[in-house]
Amino acid sequence: MPWYLQFILFLVILTGLAVPLGEYMARIFDSKKIRRLEAPAYRLFGIDPTKEMTWKTYALNLVLINVIGLVFVFALQRFQQFLPLNPQKMGPVRWDTALNTAVSFVTNTNWQAYGGESTMSYLTQMLGLAVQNFLSAAVGIAAAIAFIRAFARQSVTEIGNFWVDLTRTIIYILLPLCIIFSLFLVSQGVIQNFHPYVHATTVQGQEQVIAMGPIASQEAIKELGTNGGGFLNANSAHPYENPTPVTDYLEIIGLLVISVALPFTFGIMMKNRKQGWVIFFAMLLLYLIGFSVVAWSELHGNPLLAKLGVEQGLNMEGKEVRFGQLASIVFAQSTTVTSCGAVNCMHDSLMPLSGMILIFNMAIGEVIFGGTGTGLISMIVYAIITMFLVGLMIGRTPEIFGKKLEPFEMIMAMIVILSSSVVQLVLSAVAVSHGFGLSSLNNAGPHGLSEILYAFVSAAGNNGSAFAGLNANTVFYNLGTAFAMLVGRFTVIIPALAIAGTLVTKKMVPKSVQFPTDGSLFVVMLVSMVIIVGALTFFPVLALGPLLEHLFIYAGKVF
Amino acid sequence: MEKKTKGILKPETIRQAVKGSFTRLNPVTMAANPVMLIVEIGSLVVTLVAVRDIMLGRSFGFDLQISIWLWFTVLFANFAEALAEGKGKAQAETLKKTRSEAFANKVTDEDKIENVPALTLRKGDIVIVKDNELIPCDGEIIDGVSLVDESAITGESAPVVRESGGEKAGVTGGTKVLSGTIKIKVTTNPGETFIDQMIKMVESAKRQKTPNEQALEILLIAMTVLFLVVVITLRFFGVYMSVAISIPILISLLVCLMPTTIGGLLPAIGIAGMDRLLAHNVIAMSGKAVEAAGDVNVVLLDKTGTITLGNRVATEFLPAEGVTELELAHAALISSLADETPEGRSVVILAKEKLNLKGSDIKIPEGAKYIGFSAETRMSGIDVGAKQIRKGAMEAIEEYAKPFCSKLPEKVQQDADDIAGEGGTPLVVCESGRVLGVIRLKDVLKHGIKERLQQLQMMGIESIMITGDNPLTAVVIAAEAGVSDFIAPAKPETKLKAIRELQSRGNMVAMIGDGTNDAPALAQADVAVAMNAGTQAAREAANMIDLDSSPTKLLDIVEIGKQILITRGSITTFSVTNDVSKYFAIIPAIFAASYPMLGILNIMHLSTPQSAVLSAVIFNAIIIPMLIPLSLRGVKYKMTTAQALLTRNFLIYGIGGLLLPFICIKLIDILLVATRLV
Repeated sequence: MPWYLQFILFLVILTGLAVPLGEYMARIFDSKKIRRLEAPAYRLFGIDPTKEMTWKTYALNLVLINVIGLVFVFALQRFQQFLPLNPQKMGPVRWDTALNTAVSFVTNTNWQAYGGESTMSYLTQMLGLAVQNFLSAAVGIAAAIAFIRAFARQSVTEIGNFWVDLTRTIIYILLPLCIIFSLFLVSQGVIQNFHPYVHATTVQGQEQVIAMGPIASQEAIKELGTNGGGFLNANSAHPYENPTPVTDYLEIIGLLVISVALPFTFGIMMKNRKQGWVIFFAMLLLYLIGFSVVAWSELHGNPLLAKLGVEQGLNMEGKEVRFGQLASIVFAQSTTVTSCGAVNCMHDSLMPLSGMILIFNMAIGEVIFGGTGTGLISMIVYAIITMFLVGLMIGRTPEIFGKKLEPFEMIMAMIVILSSSVVQLVLSAVAVSHGFGLSSLNNAGPHGLSEILYAFVSAAGNNGSAFAGLNANTVFYNLGTAFAMLVGRFTVIIPALAIAGTLVTKKMVPKSVQFPTDGSLFVVMLVSMVIIVGALTFFPVLALGPLLEHLFIYAGKVF
Repeated sequence: MEKKTKGILKPETIRQAVKGSFTRLNPVTMAANPVMLIVEIGSLVVTLVAVRDIMLGRSFGFDLQISIWLWFTVLFANFAEALAEGKGKAQAETLKKTRSEAFANKVTDEDKIENVPALTLRKGDIVIVKDNELIPCDGEIIDGVSLVDESAITGESAPVVRESGGEKAGVTGGTKVLSGTIKIKVTTNPGETFIDQMIKMVESAKRQKTPNEQALEILLIAMTVLFLVVVITLRFFGVYMSVAISIPILISLLVCLMPTTIGGLLPAIGIAGMDRLLAHNVIAMSGKAVEAAGDVNVVLLDKTGTITLGNRVATEFLPAEGVTELELAHAALISSLADETPEGRSVVILAKEKLNLKGSDIKIPEGAKYIGFSAETRMSGIDVGAKQIRKGAMEAIEEYAKPFCSKLPEKVQQDADDIAGEGGTPLVVCESGRVLGVIRLKDVLKHGIKERLQQLQMMGIESIMITGDNPLTAVVIAAEAGVSDFIAPAKPETKLKAIRELQSRGNMVAMIGDGTNDAPALAQADVAVAMNAGTQAAREAANMIDLDSSPTKLLDIVEIGKQILITRGSITTFSVTNDVSKYFAIIPAIFAASYPMLGILNIMHLSTPQSAVLSAVIFNAIIIPMLIPLSLRGVKYKMTTAQALLTRNFLIYGIGGLLLPFICIKLIDILLVATRLV
């Protein structure tokens, strides 16, 4: 099958799965009924599921569970040597790495400064990291659902009950999907055991250690929750995580599906299905624009390698050769647009222009499908800014989906849009101008700049994928990226909940007066807004990094 | 009312504005506009760098030119604001002066005339104004006709007629009577007059920002912060890549990226909007009300005076069987000669036309006795000798004619029912008990109202007609005029109820009113316009006052409200998309020396790095004065659908804003090189 047909088929299957999933999620969250499965959880923690919360209470509870998670995961790593399920006798994780990892998993970033098989015990992986994989994904979805309610309700102060949203996400959405997906992965050869590592002798007679572990159960949530933290260091490029082309295909779909489904959930909950489709199309359009550049750049290959006669056209360096070129590109594009960050190839081996798109995908705030929940939130925040200008240009005080936008909402929206960009740029600037930042670099010049920028963009975008080539397990990078991850996570979720909190109190402007946001004009405006804001923020540094490297390669120079 | 064109700016206003642009350099004043404050700080830093260069004997030409243009950027922005403010303020100041010096001929209780200072006049006082005198206060003409020069407030030099009774009775203090003597009843106390409010408005426009302005400013400040970070971090990325970027170039980049165009023009747009309202003879109590006008999606319009001409007009005589049209016309004419009501007059006009008596003066017959209309009899008429002519509502005449004939002739009954069914008012004429026929009185639509209502509908604004008529009559007019809905029969309470109901469904409601019984509804409406001729209660409840007391003014107000927002949005969009081309000018200029391959970004082929940066800075500065006329006049506004409006503005100001600087920067570059400035 030609590659473009494969790609179209992939999109069709993805959408085909996402639409019913979106519908299902809307039904779960709109339901007033407390079902038998969830009721025990509320009883256990003494929660009244019928009592809804204001945005402040909602946000407070959300922060609370994250703080507890942070402390717990940190402690687990520091004391894993005393705890069971540690056949490899892993010692305590270094404090800065442990902190970084705790923040990373709690914020759904899953930036990995450590190598899984050489640092973490099975217990830490399962009780600490895997649990956070579920929780962080669920927190994101809960926040998005609360945010959606701002447009689904009017003249009330409550945006939902955090514990109910969280519980339902885990019980009805994440767990069932993960169980099915894990069993399938096991059937394809992903391992699931508590064995010590296997020592083998290769055909060349060398000694090789093969890492083992309960991988399948983590692999599923790694993709579905857009977490991306691999059990093994090589992530989805490792055969135990991603053994066959079928698993590769499904892992890509898995890491996209919930984020793609959420716009549809949004449309259904706010009672305008078309609106859901329009948000989806805007995201898809951005995805395709980025994909075309990456595909063009990779298919054109590396002129230097071509000159050496190594390659004919294609740039195969660092690619997952088991699955081929297309799989690597789709995986890379998909993993950076969602905040997943799982990888199946080494991103710094991609052509510079591809790297530039991957950075851009993350830098614009993970709005192209994005992380579970946060992607939709950020996209709607961009829509808020767009509708602010649209409203003015048609001579009305601005409103979005029927809710008036006033100074408070604008302040919060600007915090969402700005804070990650500011942190990304400032931390990168600090890194490139100090020894502690530069000493981690493997490459000089523009490529080094891309590596550093990628690290902070990935962290603040809560993506967690790495460009490789940068030794991130230093005190500076551990603390720096941890800070970026916290900012990237909470300056999106908390201001978004604040926006929801004020919008939900407002009356809905009648439909006849609203600017029709469910048409193509809106898609064009929204997509232009995302691209322009991203381009204006990152043009200079991208020009100096990946663009310059691209020009150098064509001039015959590498770094 | 037609739009009034503003006269050319007086040199004095410009002189004041130039002065104002320098006094506004005071950082304390600048703090009200944070975007421009940062530009000012940047200008100062670059100036210091240039001064240091001069002292150290280094080459300073480039930095000096940059600093000059940065200062111009600030000054241009100040000039725009000062100009907009000055236009209103200059008018207010002159008026204030004339008013405090003015004297009035007050009619005392004993009917004597007393010369008193204008400031002592109170509501209810009566004054007389003659040729070439200033009208001392706001009021209503109770007697007389005059030609008034209102240029002092409206800027319109053509004098207007003001007369007692009807829409044109309101006069404004500070305007001048050119000819005629009028008796005015004072309607406002000192401190509440138009001029006082105008001064207040001009001054508050400077201090108070509307919520929408605040929200936009947040966006602008956020962009400024973002670009500050972009520019500062760029210095470090530059150092890492072994490119040293000088402070003046970094500041140039910052100023070019910052939304200086909209930042500089934002205050002017708001003030100019208020000025435009003034030009339409409307005083807004707050800027917020003007913006709200742009949001209005339901307007309540009184039928009478707004949709239809004030009064019903006779359009046809429908004689009874055995009666000629001329006979009927004649009887109608005689009975109406003494009838001073507008309906009565229109009967006279129509009858004269039918009887071919146009122009001739027909006297009321000697000894005739006029019987006026009363609520009990519901008819009027005349007794000439034994002849009794009566005209009135069908039921009334039927009752009156009972002694003579048991019931109305069938044709008359039929005609009267038809007329009522078609929304008209039948007036039955009867002479000494003999029913002659029916006069058709009809509501006549105001000229052009249908088109305006259509435009409103296209903009998504619903129009609701309010009338005291019965629903049968109302539905016909409603259909004829094309209003979306009507409320009939309406009482003052129904208005209030209707507004509450509409608002509870999220609508923004505008209404115009004059009577005391309108006051509650006015207070409830989101945009409430009181007519100047209206009662004090109505004026206090409203958030705008229309000096012309013209009911269709509401539509102008909606347009102006929208225009202010559109102008803001369009210039913001323009400002943002401009940045793209400025990047393409400055980024290659910064890096091309160290990394010549980045020269491919120099798509404009600007001649040197210096000329590139300078061209961008110059463009950024001169675009402000170039857009001053636009921001004072407002972006052209056409009533059309939201999508069409957005597409148009997005193409002109978005895409246009993307392309225009490429051309302009290139031209400036060519010019700079030709004049050897770089």
